[in-house]
Amino acid sequence: MPRRRRRPKLAVWKFASCDGCQLTLLDCEDELLLMSELFEIAYFLEASSAVVRGPYDLSLVEGSITTAEEVERIHAIRRQSRILVAMGACATAGGIQALRNFVDVEDMKRVVYASPEYVRTLEHSLPASAYVPVDYELPGCPPNKVQVLEFLTAFLQGRRPSIPTHSVCLDCKRQGIVCVMVAEGIPCLGPVTRTGCGALCPRYRRGCYGCFGPMESPNTESLSAWFLIRSGLAPQQLVPLYRSFNAAAPAFVEASQRYADPKSVQKAAESLGTHAFDQREPANGEA
Amino acid sequence: MASPAVIDVNGLAALIAALQQEGYRVIGPIQRDGAIIYDEISQLNDLPFGWGDEQEAGMYRVRRREDNAVFGYAVGPHSWKRFLHPSPVVLWRARRRGNEWMIEEPVEDSPRLAFLGVRSCDLHAIGVLDRVLHHGSYIDPIYAERRESAFVIVVQCAHFTPRTCFCASMGTGPKATQGFDLALTELVEPDAHRFVVEVGSARGAAILQQIPHRPAEPTDVTAAEHAIAQTAASMGRQLQTAGLPAALLANLEHPHWDKIAQRCLACGNCTMVCPTCFCFSVEDRHDLTGTVTERVRRLDVCFTTSFTYTAGKPLRQSIRSRYRQWLTHKLATWVEQFGTFGCVGCGRCITWCPVGIDLTIEAAAITGREQTTEGVV
Ligand code: SF4
Ligand code: SF4
Ligand code: SF4
Ligand code: SF4
Ligand code: SF4
Repeated sequence: MPRRRRRPKLAVWKFASCDGCQLTLLDCEDELLLMSELFEIAYFLEASSAVVRGPYDLSLVEGSITTAEEVERIHAIRRQSRILVAMGACATAGGIQALRNFVDVEDMKRVVYASPEYVRTLEHSLPASAYVPVDYELPGCPPNKVQVLEFLTAFLQGRRPSIPTHSVCLDCKRQGIVCVMVAEGIPCLGPVTRTGCGALCPRYRRGCYGCFGPMESPNTESLSAWFLIRSGLAPQQLVPLYRSFNAAAPAFVEASQRYADPKSVQKAAESLGTHAFDQREPANGEA
Repeated sequence: MASPAVIDVNGLAALIAALQQEGYRVIGPIQRDGAIIYDEISQLNDLPFGWGDEQEAGMYRVRRREDNAVFGYAVGPHSWKRFLHPSPVVLWRARRRGNEWMIEEPVEDSPRLAFLGVRSCDLHAIGVLDRVLHHGSYIDPIYAERRESAFVIVVQCAHFTPRTCFCASMGTGPKATQGFDLALTELVEPDAHRFVVEVGSARGAAILQQIPHRPAEPTDVTAAEHAIAQTAASMGRQLQTAGLPAALLANLEHPHWDKIAQRCLACGNCTMVCPTCFCFSVEDRHDLTGTVTERVRRLDVCFTTSFTYTAGKPLRQSIRSRYRQWLTHKLATWVEQFGTFGCVGCGRCITWCPVGIDLTIEAAAITGREQTTEGVV
């Protein structure tokens, strides 16, 4: 390949997070050596304590923004980065820690910490995009290694990365996996969840719990109505279903709030037309 | 063609062995992960003896049968499209050497496949794919190669009650009359578990000669006809096809499309399970250094936004427009394009839609025609 004049400078940053996204990078074992040749790894504390000052060509950001210091830091990183990529559910949607967005953070502090007076935190856990312009988002908790590599490859080639935004179902079917929802009555968020994981959970006969966040046109209202009326879930079970790693993604916020009210079941049935939900007993009584 | 024969269960085992002997990979039904799917069969016992299923819109369950029927189930989530129109496939690969690109065509290990258990609807679905990928002006070499070498063993639909399928309406079943190498009709009488075999081709006849069989008695043939007739009389769904394309296209702004859009998830399951939906997208992939690039083809569906990405944005932004594309393609514009419906009435899209959207009901609602399935559902 034609030699570049200068290797692009790569930085990997951590905010409020579990380090899983950075581990996904380190998990690219076969490509790591090559990556360190193609990029100048300028800042990646989980991999090396050697630090090169900015500016950076590419910044990968892990974690959500939860404190005033982090707000300042994400702005500083943005100023030093040509391309800034939010990586993972925390950086793209606020992460599991965004569960506090739904309650009073002061109450939460008192429940969790012995000495809450030492904890200084913002009211909400938010994605990087709530504070700075983000050039690209890689979803998932954690993101998928194949997608991370596709992004880095596309960056090096100067082309658009191919990271699809459709449902998990499509990749489930492409692999010939038998749908856990239709064949076993297991509630599955795959139809409203963005693909990228290779339909990992259905492959192991579990329902998707949405760790890649909402897909491009998430119809959570219809799926929830089906869960309530055909899978026999109670409305209060739907709330935690949508409130996990992507709880604060707008489409999932809307979905979880919709069923906070128990009367919503009736409304769901009415709004969706009853012929969709014939009221016969599910065939094996467990669905 | 040769007159019908009868084989027993041992004959079925011998059939599998004879095909393997001829170098075919035998693909047939297997009960796995809560469904009857298609995969490679190595021996008789891989087949789903005593398994059936129960299906409704958005619901499928495998069930133990009371008898030991091998083929006592309606079609499951897989179709033969999986093997004839595989996904993903690497179309070509290019390697950079200095300033030059060397194009390599990947050597396809195009397997010789024998399909055991092709239902009449699916045989017609293969016929639909033939028109699209094989007989038209654009021939897909991957499909053509697999299709031409495929050995097709039909199993006529008998011993189950169809729930979501409607081949009788589409004129695609339940009895397959041509286009196969062999066609079996299972008879599960106690002490006389047997299969009436019709021969549809010279190579079918040649395989039959290799396995133990006897000529069919008139009683065998009558019993087989009776079993298939029972299926025909108990169809789960109906679709009025006369004038349907024009009626759908005259109702493109019908308010019912909005109602469907409220329920449709745009998940693409219907198109993926449909045995005739053939759409794919093509994408280039590179290695990190940009020295190897591959062009990959994979199945795609008209329910994604990227499917109609044109000149900077997707044309079909609403779910309404995407569902309408699917339904009108299957039941209207396909006819203009390829001279048949794009639907053979297999019912898969109804069963495997996670929210049970039923195209027979939706087409009837949109065209304002009598909806004849309600009583059955
Ligand atoms: S198992 Fe889940 S992801 Fe897979 S097709 Fe069914 S609903 Fe979609
Ligand atoms: S199936 Fe769903 S929950 Fe499971 S890994 Fe994939 S996106 Fe995450
Ligand atoms: S449209 Fe539905 S019923 Fe018709 S062939 Fe396709 S999957 Fe089968
Ligand atoms: S219905 Fe959609 S996926 Fe199927 S063939 Fe037509 S355009 Fe393609
Ligand atoms: S009709 Fe059903 S299977 Fe098809 S895209 Fe809509 S929700 Fe999915």
